[in-house]
Amino acid sequence: MLDSIKDFASEFFVTGDPLILGAQVSIAIAMVAILFVLSYFKKWGWLWREWLTTVDHKKIGIMYIICSILMLFRGGVDALLMRLQLAMPEMQFLEAEHYNQIFTTHGVIMILFMAMPLMFGLFNIVVPLQIGARDVAYPFLNALSFWLFFWGAMLFNVSFVIGGSPDAGWLAYPPLSGLTHSPGVGQNFYIWGIQISGIGSLATGINFIVTILKMRAPGMTLMKMPMFTWSVFSSCIIIIFAFPILTVTLALLFLDRFLGTHFFTLDAGGNPMMYINLIWMWGHPEVYIVVLPAFGIFSEIAATFSKKKLFGYKSMVFAMISISVFSFFTWAHHFFTMGSGADVNAFFAVTTMAIAIPTGVKVFNWLFTMFRGRITFTTPMMWMIAFIPCFVIGGMTGVLLSVAPADFQFHNSYFLIAHFHQVLIGGVAFGYFAGLYYWWPKMFGFKLNEHLGKWAFWFWNIGFYVCFMPQYVLGLDGMTRRMYTYDFDMGWGPLNLVSTIGGFMMGIGFIFQVWQIAYSIKKNQKDVTGDPWNGRTLEWSIPSPAPLYNFATLPQVEAVDDWWEKKQKREQGIAPPPAPPLEPIHMPKNSGIPFIKSLLWFFVGFGFVWGWLWMAIPALIGVGICMLVRQFSYDTDYYIPVSEVQKAEAQARGAAL
Amino acid sequence: MAHATATAHTGEHAHGHDHEHEHESMKTFGFWLFLITDCILFGTLFATYVVLRGNTSGGPTPAELFEMPGIIAETFILLTSSFTSGLAVLAMNRGRKNQLIGWLAVTALLGAAFIALEMLEFVNMVHEGATIATSAFLSSFFVLVGTHGLHVSLGLIWMIGLMLQLRKRGITPVTKRKVDVICLYWHFLDVVWIFVFTVVYLMGVM
Ligand code: HEM
Ligand SMILES: [Cu+2]
Repeated sequence: MLDSIKDFASEFFVTGDPLILGAQVSIAIAMVAILFVLSYFKKWGWLWREWLTTVDHKKIGIMYIICSILMLFRGGVDALLMRLQLAMPEMQFLEAEHYNQIFTTHGVIMILFMAMPLMFGLFNIVVPLQIGARDVAYPFLNALSFWLFFWGAMLFNVSFVIGGSPDAGWLAYPPLSGLTHSPGVGQNFYIWGIQISGIGSLATGINFIVTILKMRAPGMTLMKMPMFTWSVFSSCIIIIFAFPILTVTLALLFLDRFLGTHFFTLDAGGNPMMYINLIWMWGHPEVYIVVLPAFGIFSEIAATFSKKKLFGYKSMVFAMISISVFSFFTWAHHFFTMGSGADVNAFFAVTTMAIAIPTGVKVFNWLFTMFRGRITFTTPMMWMIAFIPCFVIGGMTGVLLSVAPADFQFHNSYFLIAHFHQVLIGGVAFGYFAGLYYWWPKMFGFKLNEHLGKWAFWFWNIGFYVCFMPQYVLGLDGMTRRMYTYDFDMGWGPLNLVSTIGGFMMGIGFIFQVWQIAYSIKKNQKDVTGDPWNGRTLEWSIPSPAPLYNFATLPQVEAVDDWWEKKQKREQGIAPPPAPPLEPIHMPKNSGIPFIKSLLWFFVGFGFVWGWLWMAIPALIGVGICMLVRQFSYDTDYYIPVSEVQKAEAQARGAAL
Repeated sequence: MAHATATAHTGEHAHGHDHEHEHESMKTFGFWLFLITDCILFGTLFATYVVLRGNTSGGPTPAELFEMPGIIAETFILLTSSFTSGLAVLAMNRGRKNQLIGWLAVTALLGAAFIALEMLEFVNMVHEGATIATSAFLSSFFVLVGTHGLHVSLGLIWMIGLMLQLRKRGITPVTKRKVDVICLYWHFLDVVWIFVFTVVYLMGVM
């Protein structure tokens, strides 16, 4: 009996690695501490009412952002562990197996559990405010999306201490990820973690398309929409076409492992190449899903801090839409070397190069927006300016990679690693950081400290070039990706050491950001205007943080950058038309179902990971019951009476005076 | 004062109704988008099937396996159910609640018959030794056709739930939207089945 428990525990928990043991102990301590604090201060009810059951897009956005910052920490620690291992030739810090796990979890976490939720967080906070809406189209579904992401991410992360992490790369190519080559449960955690959060992402895509198409304030035609909203729209279009492919691909991979089907196996007619095509038919559009909103953020910031209209609004919209279409026709550039033949390679090389054209258009638009503008160098603007050279270099190395014959040299080398980090960090991460700094006052009602922000900025930026420029050279010198160590004779030592130093500089940048947040919370310099940057779009026309219902009366939109135009008119002495009388405001009620249902999905996933049908099937039935309960509930919304709106407005505006 | 609250109250009502209609049409629009994602999902499964269909790896081939009479019966049953779901919507538009529930019940029964026949077909195949793990062709066959079957089954549960709601609440803007949406879903599954019938069965035996 005791022995069988011991056996089980040694298979269930990851054992034998001091690093992981340390993590297990600290996770346990942190959990106990959280439970203790919540109970001691009697905060359970508050947590449930205010956060776990909320359907308010602003709170959901904040939860997304908190989670993504935690995930950035985890992914960043992974990155630094890898860089330590590679700092010198023949290092003995990580073993091969451990290194494989770390690059896999780093890649997955950074893209799916850091970039995506940070993006969704900004969608949630900004889009309804920018288009003058009171919430998203489906607030309940929105909460469900968040909790699916949350529990999916938990499921993925738990593999670190229970069962073992996946180690077949961030896209889990079979046959390596199949049962014969990855017999452990790690790959199951990968599949279920991503699957559960991916369904949430798909729902978010639908939600924001409907929100943007159907909930704009009166007068806001499509061509008067703020550019960030346009970028969200194009990103969501990609989401609804790309994510179902991921869902199917992961499901088939799981069936191969669980029921012994032969989709991607090497025997009985399976075809691993099919997986590689499918996963990149999602994977390539995915990178545009995350980068387009960053472009939108930069457009807003460039216009605001240059005090000028965005240059080339129409061409910007056109560029975004064409990128979202083109992004579906370039996937094969990820495997030029896998023998698709010259014609196929030529086609995909040309489409890949073509996509650089709309991207180039955007860069020129930003430059012309700043040209002759009265630029103020606030932190969001600094990230914006630093992004341009970074993205241009990343884009150019991308075009080099798209030359199919040349790719036979670059493929899977550190040249590639440097390229995609340049666009992912320089484009996506910098973009979202800029957005976070820019909209922070709107979220919380106070600005982040600029001084510490500048330190963070310089550490990140200099660290970035120090880390990744040497990697281009290493790639050309023949260093391939995913190698956990290299011989002294290769001569790659010095450049790798430099690269590692750069990585740690970015780590210091992150620490500055955390410090900056903590410091600014403590100082709490209230932004009483609601419009600290002298903004241009509707979100700046309401108090910060926005009241529950966002807009007491829906704004009447007349122009692009409507808020800016209204401010101009007021300065010229033209009085704004009197506000229409207040009306009761229709709002959705909180609900516990999204949280509970997603938690049940977690157990479905956990059950299937271990092949425990006794857990998976009851949990699946629970999910079904949640759906029926929701189907039968009609009492899902309420009205805020005028008197309460008046009170809240007086309070918010009172604080503003 | 009393006067003011009274007007505020009627204002709230008029406002509320407008809002409700807008709300319901928005939900239908979202459902169309969901159907697009479902199209992509089936599209991916079809693509996989077409790529893997020849890989029978020594196991049974489509021509040996498919028994067309049963399949044709299934097809007619599902097509008829699509028609009866249309009749349900017509009844609803005329405001006939009981007729509406009746046609939905017929639709659900036809759907259940379809699922029963499909299960029978699968069980027979497994008995003949053609399981999901036999070959790549059979894996992709079972998953494609099974996913459609799963969609129909979920639709059945949803439809039963809806009939109970209709009995209790009658035809309101909300239940009306729900009926519209499920019929949309049902027609969609019908169209998908026509593709399954053509690509999997007809092209399989020809
Ligand atoms: C903070 C600075 C970062 C550093 C120092 C860093 C470092 C690394 C290293 C050392 C590898 C492994 C290379 C190999 O051995 O093949 C890697 C892989 C990867 N990184 Fe990063 N990274 C950083 C940030 C990011 C970000 C922000 C993203 C995405 C948004 C990202 C996405 C990826 C992906 C997708 C892989 C490939 C994983 C695989 O091979 O399966 N990284 N990174
Ligand atoms: Cu690509």
